[in-house]
Amino acid sequence: MRLVRALALPVAVLVVLALVPKLAVDLPYVFQDSLNTPGTLQLLALCLVFGGLAMTYDLLFGFTGLLSFGHALYFAVGVYLVAISLTKWHWSFAEGLLFAALVGIVLPAIFGAVSLRVGGIAFAMVTLAFAQAGSILAFKNPFGWTGGEEGLGTDYTKLPSAFVGIFNTENLYWLALGYAALVFVIVRFAVGSSPGRIWQAIRENELRVEVLGLRPYGYKLICFVLASFLATLGGIVYVLLEGGATTDVTSANFTLTLLVMVVIGGTGTTWGAFLGGVLYTWANQRLGDASSSHAVSSLPGVLRTPLGQPLFVLGVLFILVVFFLPGGIARAGRLRRALRLS
Amino acid sequence: MNVLAVRDLHVHLGESHILQGIEFDVREGGVTALLGRNGVGKTTTLRALLGLVDRRGSISLAGEELAATATHRIVRRGVGYVPEDRDVFAGLTVEENLRLAERDAEPRYDLVYDLFPELKERARQPAGTLSGGQQQMVAIARALLNENRVLLVDEPTKGLAPLLVTQVADVLARVAELTTVLLVEQNLGVVQRVAHDAVVLDTGRVVHVGPARELLADRAMVHRMLGVG
Amino acid sequence: MSTFVLLTITGLGLGALYFLIASGLSLIYGLMGVLNFAHGAFLTVGAFAMWFVESKLGGLSTLPRFLVGALAGLVVGGVFAALVELVLIRPLYRRHVEQVLVTVGLGLATTALVVAIWGNDARPVAYPSWLGRTSTVFGAHVPNDRFVLIVAALLVLGGLTAFLRGTRYGLIIRAGVENRAMVTALGIDVRKAFTLVFAIGGVAAALAGVLGNVYFTTADPNRGTSLLIFAFIVVVIGGLGSLRGTAVSAVVVGLVQQYANYYASSGLGDLSVVLLLGLVLLARPRGLSGSLA
Repeated sequence: MRLVRALALPVAVLVVLALVPKLAVDLPYVFQDSLNTPGTLQLLALCLVFGGLAMTYDLLFGFTGLLSFGHALYFAVGVYLVAISLTKWHWSFAEGLLFAALVGIVLPAIFGAVSLRVGGIAFAMVTLAFAQAGSILAFKNPFGWTGGEEGLGTDYTKLPSAFVGIFNTENLYWLALGYAALVFVIVRFAVGSSPGRIWQAIRENELRVEVLGLRPYGYKLICFVLASFLATLGGIVYVLLEGGATTDVTSANFTLTLLVMVVIGGTGTTWGAFLGGVLYTWANQRLGDASSSHAVSSLPGVLRTPLGQPLFVLGVLFILVVFFLPGGIARAGRLRRALRLS
Repeated sequence: MNVLAVRDLHVHLGESHILQGIEFDVREGGVTALLGRNGVGKTTTLRALLGLVDRRGSISLAGEELAATATHRIVRRGVGYVPEDRDVFAGLTVEENLRLAERDAEPRYDLVYDLFPELKERARQPAGTLSGGQQQMVAIARALLNENRVLLVDEPTKGLAPLLVTQVADVLARVAELTTVLLVEQNLGVVQRVAHDAVVLDTGRVVHVGPARELLADRAMVHRMLGVG
Repeated sequence: MSTFVLLTITGLGLGALYFLIASGLSLIYGLMGVLNFAHGAFLTVGAFAMWFVESKLGGLSTLPRFLVGALAGLVVGGVFAALVELVLIRPLYRRHVEQVLVTVGLGLATTALVVAIWGNDARPVAYPSWLGRTSTVFGAHVPNDRFVLIVAALLVLGGLTAFLRGTRYGLIIRAGVENRAMVTALGIDVRKAFTLVFAIGGVAAALAGVLGNVYFTTADPNRGTSLLIFAFIVVVIGGLGSLRGTAVSAVVVGLVQQYANYYASSGLGDLSVVLLLGLVLLARPRGLSGSLA
C-alpha cells in the first residue's frame, strides 16, 4: 500500500507529461506556442534531457559527495560518438548507439579508477582536467572527425525515420521523457539499495565507512560509472534531438551550469535536481527569446543589454539563490565535505 | 569580583550537544582550574568563550556581555589564549610569531624575555623547527605580551617531559601573580601547585565547583570525577 | 637552436601570464579557503577596462594611450575584486561552500555582461609598436611582449614576496594561510586581510588581462575563462597556498605546453598539461609543494 502511495505522484506526473504532445494548450509567457507544437516540444524535450542529466550529477555529487568538474565529458561522449560513428564512419544506428553506450561504461571506469585515487579538490581538478582534455580534442578535430569549432551534424539518413523530421518532434519528446523517467527510476532505486546507503554514508563521513571495514573506493567507482553512463545515454538522446554535436557540450561552463542546476534545485533530492535542470534549461531558452521580444527591446539600453544575455540573468539569479534561498543550498554541506574545507 | 561569568552556555557540534548549559565564575586574581575526564568539553568551553565555535548563552567579561561578539574583538577586550596544541605558526620565525601577537602600544617584551630567555636567542628560528617545549614557551609568551584581564590556558603541559612540566608550572605560578588564569589541565600536580579554584565538568555540564585544594585532597571525589587516583 | 630559444622564452612568457593569474588564486585559497571561480572575471574586467579607456583616448599618441589604459585596467580590476569581496564574499563569512558557489555565479554573470555590452568578438587593442617587434636572442627572433610578461611576473613575484615578508599585513596573511582561526585568536581582524588579498589578486589578474591584450593583440571576453582553467591547474600542481610552488608550477606548465605543442604536435601541448596535472596529483595529491590541497 505504501509502495502504491509512493509511486502515485511520480506516475501521475509521468502520465501528464506523456500526454503533453496531444494537448493544444497555450501557456502565454511560459512558451511561445501551444504545447503540441514542434517548437515547444523541442524545448520541453531539451528540458527533460537536462533534467535527467542534472539527476545523474546529483547522484554523483548530491548523494555521494563526489564533486566532479568533468561530468559533462561523459555527456559529450554520448553526443559526439553517435554523431561521429554515424556520419564519419558510416555505421548503422544500432552500432553507433551500442558503441557510444559501451564507451560510456568503459571510459568512466578507467578515468574514475584514476581520479578516485585522490579526494577533495585534487579529485575535482583531475576531473576538470580530463574534461578539458576532451574539449581540446573536440576542438582539435583529429582526422576531421569532430568538426572542430563548427561541430558535426548527424547524418539523418542513418537515423530511424521515427526520429527524423519536424513532425516527429513528439517522438523525440517521448524519447526524452523516457530517458528522464529511466534516470529517475534508476537513481531512486540505486540510492535506496545497500550500495546506495553506503554512498550516502561516504558523503557524510568517509572515515567512518572505512572504520566499518568497507573500502569506499570501490563504491565510489560504481557510483561514478553509473552516473557517467546515464549521462552518456543523455548525450545520445541529446544528439538525436539537436541533430548534431557542438563544442558547447564540452566546455567548462557547461559543467558549471550542471552545478548551478543541481544547487538551485536542491542536492540530494532527485526531484530537486530534475526541477533545477528543467527550470534552468527553460529559463536559458526563454530569456534568449525574451531578449528579442518587443517588451525587452523597448527597454532602455542599460536594462536591455544585460537582460539579453541569459547567462547574466541566470548568474545573478544563482547568486541571489545562494544568498537568500538556503532551501536548495542547505544541501551544500556536501560541497564542504567534498572539498574538505575548514 | 568576577572577571568571567558564564551562564547557560550551550555548544552544538554537528549533531552532538557538547556543552549543555555550562555555568561558572572565574574570580579575579586567581587561577581557576577547569577539570574533567577526556572529552567532557573542557577545550570546547575555552573555544566557546573565545567565540571560536558557535555558542549560545551568556559570557560576561568584567560585566561586559561577549556572547555575540566576534573572536578578535573578544581578544582585544583583554582575553589571552594559549591553545591546546600550541598553534604556533610554523612558517614564521619566533620573533615574527611574537610580533604578530602584539596588541598594546607597549608590548611586554622585557617580561617575556625574562621568563623565556631562550626565545631571544632563537628569535630568527622558524617556529616549526622548535621542540614541543620551546613551542609551548612561544605560545605562552604570545599571550603574555599584552596586558590581559584573563588568560585562557589549555593543557600547557601536554606531551612535555617532566622537567619541562615543572618549568611550565613555575611560569604559570609567576603568570598567576600578574593575571587571572582559567586553566585546563590534566596534570593534577600542576593543578595542585597553582590553582585556587576548581570547576569540574562531566559530559557537558558543571558537576562541582569549589576550592582546588579541597577537591584534590578528597581522593574519592577525584577518582569519581576525574577518573584518576 | 634558435627555435628552442624562441620556444623557451615564449614558454616562460606564457608561464608568466599563468603566474599572474594563479598567484591571486593561490593566495585567496590559501588564506580564505575559497576557490575563486570569478578570478577569470577579474582578468576580463581589467582587459576591457583597458580597451574601453584606450578607445576614449583616440586623440593621444600610442604610448600615453597604452599606459593610461593599462593603469585604468589595473585600478578597475583591483577595485572590482575588492568590491566583490566586500559585497559578496564577506557576508558569507565561514560559509565556504556558499562563497565558492557565489564566485561561480559571478564568473558566469560577468563574462555574459561583457559579451552583452561589447559582443563576443575579440577587440584589437592599441599598444606601443616596439612591444610587437622582435629582439634577437641567440639567433632567435623573440617578440618583445614575452620579455615584458616575464619581467612583469618577476616584479609581481618579488613585490608579493617583499610584501609578505616585510609588512604587518603580509605577516598576517602568511600566518592566516597556516591557521586562520589562531590569527583571530590573537585579536586580529582577518577579514581586512581577506579584502586585501582579493584586491591584490584582482590587480594581478588585471595585469594578466592587460598584458594578455598585448600578447594576443586583442581583448577577448572568453579569454578569462579559458585561462582560468590553466591557472587552476597551475595552482593545484604547485600546491594551493604556496606562492613559490605556484611560480615553479607556472614555469613548468608554460614550458611543457610550448615544447609539446612544437615537438610533438600542435594542440598536444594543452593535453600534456592536463596529463601533467593528472600525474602530479596521483603521485602527490597535495601538489608539488605539499601544501594542503
